[in-house]
Amino acid sequence: MGIRIVPADAWIDPARPVQSALVTHGHADHARGGHRRTIATHATLAIMAVRYGVTEGAHQVSYGESVNLRGGVTATFITAGHVLGSAQILLEYAGERVVVTGDYKRRPDPTCSPFEVTPCDIFITEATFGLPVFRHPPIAGEIGKLLDARQTFSDRSILVGAYALGKAQRVIAELRAAGFHEPIWLHGAMERMCRLYEEQGVALGDLRLVADAPKAALAGAIVICPPSALNDRWSRRMPEPLTAMASGWMRVRQRAVQRNVELPLVISDHADWEELTTTIAQVNPAETWITHGREEALLRWCQLNQRSARALALVGYEDEDD
Amino acid sequence: MESFATLLDTLVLTRSRNGKLSLIARYLRESPDPDRGWALAALTDGLDFPAVKAGTIRALMAERVDEVLWALSRDYVGDTAETASLLWPQPEGGVAPPPGMGEVVDTLRRTTRATAPTVLAGLLDRLDSSGRYALLKLATGAMRIGISARLAKVAFAQAFEVAVDDVEEVWHGQDPPYLPLFDWAMGKALLPRTDLLPVFRPFMLAHPLEETLVSLDEYVAEWKWDGIRVQLVHVEGETRLYSRGGDDISSTFPEVAAALTAGGVLDGELLVRGTHQGGEKGGAASFNALQQRLGRKTVSKTMLADYPAFVRLYDILIDGGEDLRALPWDQRRARLELFAKRLDPQRFDLSCVIEAKDMDELAEIRAKARDDAIEGIMLKRRDSPYVAGRRTGLWYKWKRDPLLVDCVLMYAQRGSGKRSSFYSDFTFGCWDGDPDAGAELLPVGKAYFGFTDDELKWLDHHVRQHTTARFGPVRETDKSLVFEVAFDSIHASKRHKSGVAMRFPRISRIRRDKPAHEADRLDTLKALISDPV
Repeated sequence: MGIRIVPADAWIDPARPVQSALVTHGHADHARGGHRRTIATHATLAIMAVRYGVTEGAHQVSYGESVNLRGGVTATFITAGHVLGSAQILLEYAGERVVVTGDYKRRPDPTCSPFEVTPCDIFITEATFGLPVFRHPPIAGEIGKLLDARQTFSDRSILVGAYALGKAQRVIAELRAAGFHEPIWLHGAMERMCRLYEEQGVALGDLRLVADAPKAALAGAIVICPPSALNDRWSRRMPEPLTAMASGWMRVRQRAVQRNVELPLVISDHADWEELTTTIAQVNPAETWITHGREEALLRWCQLNQRSARALALVGYEDEDD
Repeated sequence: MESFATLLDTLVLTRSRNGKLSLIARYLRESPDPDRGWALAALTDGLDFPAVKAGTIRALMAERVDEVLWALSRDYVGDTAETASLLWPQPEGGVAPPPGMGEVVDTLRRTTRATAPTVLAGLLDRLDSSGRYALLKLATGAMRIGISARLAKVAFAQAFEVAVDDVEEVWHGQDPPYLPLFDWAMGKALLPRTDLLPVFRPFMLAHPLEETLVSLDEYVAEWKWDGIRVQLVHVEGETRLYSRGGDDISSTFPEVAAALTAGGVLDGELLVRGTHQGGEKGGAASFNALQQRLGRKTVSKTMLADYPAFVRLYDILIDGGEDLRALPWDQRRARLELFAKRLDPQRFDLSCVIEAKDMDELAEIRAKARDDAIEGIMLKRRDSPYVAGRRTGLWYKWKRDPLLVDCVLMYAQRGSGKRSSFYSDFTFGCWDGDPDAGAELLPVGKAYFGFTDDELKWLDHHVRQHTTARFGPVRETDKSLVFEVAFDSIHASKRHKSGVAMRFPRISRIRRDKPAHEADRLDTLKALISDPV
């Protein structure tokens, strides 16, 4: 249930309510409500407030800012490039430096600040896409596929399954960057997060709610919804929906087939194999600890590259939808 | 190659049969010769490059990717060709443009075992990951993308607006890339002749009899024998024996092939002489005995003597030069009886018609079938013509009820294809004595179907939560879950530690309510063996 910082008696991303929690980012498997004290970035706290109501004992930090925890531990929040507000946490104690990455990626993302390489002794990395088969292609090509599909199927609505926090806004921002300025339609569950992103200064253009749309307006429209809504009754109100999904798992054909996806878009907010291994090499820690995801393969890579590494079996982090 | 790769990618992601048909049809209409012919051959398993095996791919990858990383990736992806296509290192710098289908096929055909790795690597370097996937599927001949040969033929018929029965008929006399077939379909040539060639004609198949009510006034009953369905063709002094899928198995059963000397096409069940099925009168050994003969390229004299094969005739398609397929079943039956009189009785007999006054009496006869070790009953409409494939209302199979035992889940492995990443292949066992007195579980079978998609998700979750050890891709579970396993019959086996082998095992129910120590014991299973060979 998260990572415990023993000398400080605090936790990073705890799954259950604790006295003192440091939260890397706002995804539900990392950010839970109910802690006595929650230390996180401004945006992460804003996301948590939207999800769980205003947190008592919220302690806001800026990127690069250090917080003194109990027991002589210092924590510094550093950009992770995963979603808006996401952070790596650098812990310093008795002359030793530990970096906990939370979730991260190295690709450019118009909706959040890029990952910063931070030298350390122990590097605790995620491994969601920790298999060499995962290589996320450049996002421009995937956005191009989406726009092509819209051209080809002008009488169908293009339904894009995407995480409500992060992925949805990134897809919208990339569509805008590709010159698409028509209205983008949202499933109700997307609205609050999109509004929050805009409040935090990420422009997303003309967004409208599907609930307000006449059916005819949705022909040829791009509609963003949570992955769970793709095969739900909700999607039947669309004219002949074409099911797309933006996820790193779409790299593997059968993952797309299993989710009934017709247009897989390989877009992920996690580091792919190349990014994971490059990052470990750049950070060049004395030891690498590997958490949630496919630890075995990354462990093997470390072994092949004469790097000391171990797997931390953390339960409870699932990213089937990313 | 690129348009074929795109076709494969979209086919994989298309659910509806009609969607698949129109994708293939459009490809066949719009692609040039011979590319489309090669593609059609690939979709119908008509391509074979003996120099390229799945092992060739593994060997290629072993030179490029660490073996552990390969194994973990393959296990996750669930498909060797796809894993390799994703892991292939894209060469730096300029490469030749992607090869066309024609070039790929020509190259692979000229390849020997020795040159295969280099040749394949050269082609892979020129393709993107989609193209590599298509190439590897094509080269190894195992498409497994949910397209049956029949579906591809229907798509062909749809593409050029010809009758699918005509396509089936001429199909087996043709070799890829099927240029005469395309010429005919596009109206540029006449239907190629097949009556002077020993070609395969598609089998007529049966639907399971479930809720359907049939009357014996309209239907005739025969035993359903448990061997392998074969078609015998004799034309111009040449005899061929074809299996269900149209594979030529003449050389595996030379004594049967040699015994047919009259011109015609016959449909029957290939069996081995014995007394297991239907007793003395039935005259056929168990499927187990037939299995000793299957898949052999050369047959020893001992084999021929120990397991003498014969064919029990069901039907006649062609008599001499006369095509009987349009005739009703009872007229064909009369012709079959006449034809059979000219055959060697050691190698051929007739599948007898079961006499019963009504379905109730037939049901009683069927109920006794287990004692006689017969698989079930066939019901054939008396006026049915012989048509390819499964047509509703013409033929039914009425299998006897399965045997059931309770077994304990022991090991699980991830499936492939649409079940890739799900733990869906289950090995289960029974107790070799009293579990409360320290007896152990011994594996008795393996099954990967019988459950719904929702049950599969539940089972996958169960396996992940109850794993006690991992052996490569196999997970050992804590042996707490009981399955009710259904199977058609059980046989003694020296190859299995438990000493038994099940035929057609499937998961019939998940018994979450039943504690593992109450599962069945091996003795119970052994008592169900009816052929203690």
